[in-house]
Amino acid sequence: MKHDAVEKNIGLMIVLIIVALSFGTLVELLPLMFSKQTNEPIAGLKPLPALELEGRDIYIREGCNTCHSQMIRPLRAETERYGHYTVAGELVYNHPFLWGSKRTGPDLARVGKRYTDAWHRAHLLNPRDVVPESNMPGFPWLFDNEVNSAKTGKKMAALRMVGVPYTDEDIAGAAAAVEGKKEIDALVAYLQQLGTLLQARR
Amino acid sequence: MTDFWSTWIIVLTAISFVLMIWILFANRKREQGTTEETTGHNYDGIEEYDNPLPAWWFNMFFLTIVWGIGYLIVYPGMGNFAGVLGWTQLTQYEERVADAEARFGAIRAAYLEKPVEEIASDPALRKMGQRMFGNNCAQCHGADAKGSYGFPNLTDDEWIYGFTPESIKATLTHGRVAAMPAWGDVIGEDGVKQVTAYVQSLGDGGNADEATLKAGAQVYQNFCVACHGANGEGNVALGSPNLSNDIWLYGGSAEQIAHSVRAGRNGAMPAFGNLLSEDKIHILTAYVYGLKQ
Repeated sequence: MKHDAVEKNIGLMIVLIIVALSFGTLVELLPLMFSKQTNEPIAGLKPLPALELEGRDIYIREGCNTCHSQMIRPLRAETERYGHYTVAGELVYNHPFLWGSKRTGPDLARVGKRYTDAWHRAHLLNPRDVVPESNMPGFPWLFDNEVNSAKTGKKMAALRMVGVPYTDEDIAGAAAAVEGKKEIDALVAYLQQLGTLLQARR
Repeated sequence: MTDFWSTWIIVLTAISFVLMIWILFANRKREQGTTEETTGHNYDGIEEYDNPLPAWWFNMFFLTIVWGIGYLIVYPGMGNFAGVLGWTQLTQYEERVADAEARFGAIRAAYLEKPVEEIASDPALRKMGQRMFGNNCAQCHGADAKGSYGFPNLTDDEWIYGFTPESIKATLTHGRVAAMPAWGDVIGEDGVKQVTAYVQSLGDGGNADEATLKAGAQVYQNFCVACHGANGEGNVALGSPNLSNDIWLYGGSAEQIAHSVRAGRNGAMPAFGNLLSEDKIHILTAYVYGLKQ
């Protein structure tokens, strides 16, 4: 075959590159978008309530996912430490997902209810107050900032467009549910529900 | 996976294999060895030879394709075809858990049969316990188990819920929630100051005058004595701490004591009964019991 035809016709080259690259996407990603296993929520899974939803956005804003993963792999060492491995059905309402790829700190997929609210508040104010060897930064401004209630309903409406089953009442009541709450309240509420649906004794 | 998507994956995977093999062979130059032939590219007088791929390179390329086909026969990948080995991530995980259970389960079961007092200083138990403590307890109680503000020291003499294997195990299994009510509205700010001075005097003394102490003692008799006892000795059945020693969960300063009186305290210990198996809780109980020695 003559290379010239491809090398001298950039349009053809682009088309062929797309064809070559699309095989992986078509085989590995597309079927998952229609798979029951990845799209069906596990029993009891509900969309995050308003305060937890705002907490999740604070989690993203502060870049928690840079150092904390939310994905327990099915490896014994991980399930011994963190609990039941993560399943796709737990994460169907996650947009975007927060699996992370780096564990400077521990995995948080099942941190919910593992510590008390008081511990989380002390830890987020200054991690070294409770874990002297920690190198996590403190987040003292969360204790001063109030949650911006103006956008909570809109966020829910946007998530509904991508398939999260928020009701009209959820959206209507969203602003009132977070009104006057501090950001720390929202973040701790979010953390305390993480992974609590699937608990296994280990 | 539905049959449609299974077929979809198999067909596209097969096509991509055919295309890879076709591209590899269609571009292959049969003659071996180097020639003076160039591709015709000429950049500022620099030309590019058009030599065939070295044989080892071509063969490795080919072998990766063969390996890929072999992989898809042995392991799952072609849609619903499970692979001839029947391997799945989940069965591998379950096998490893079962392996570990076979190796360590008996060791833990042997400890479970012995009373906590007997095994608390066992060197092997202390090693196992230390690792479990590090993973489950150290975040609040500290890697040295000495606690921090609001989280009890497990190496000292004060045990709010009692220093017995039973109470430690109950704490681990069911958790605890402290129930110190807020007295600020009931006794007023004067009452808070007086009773704070009195509580300080139960331990190392403080330096309040006689009248304040007398008023504080009155407030104490009215509101505190039911839980903390006549002399501030506390009550392990209620989880009310001893106020007559120098051990303070939230610090022994007048400000901290006054805050506890005014606003109450609801320190909580999470329950681990649903997270850890019985034998592990037993080992942790023995480890914690042995920390004081």
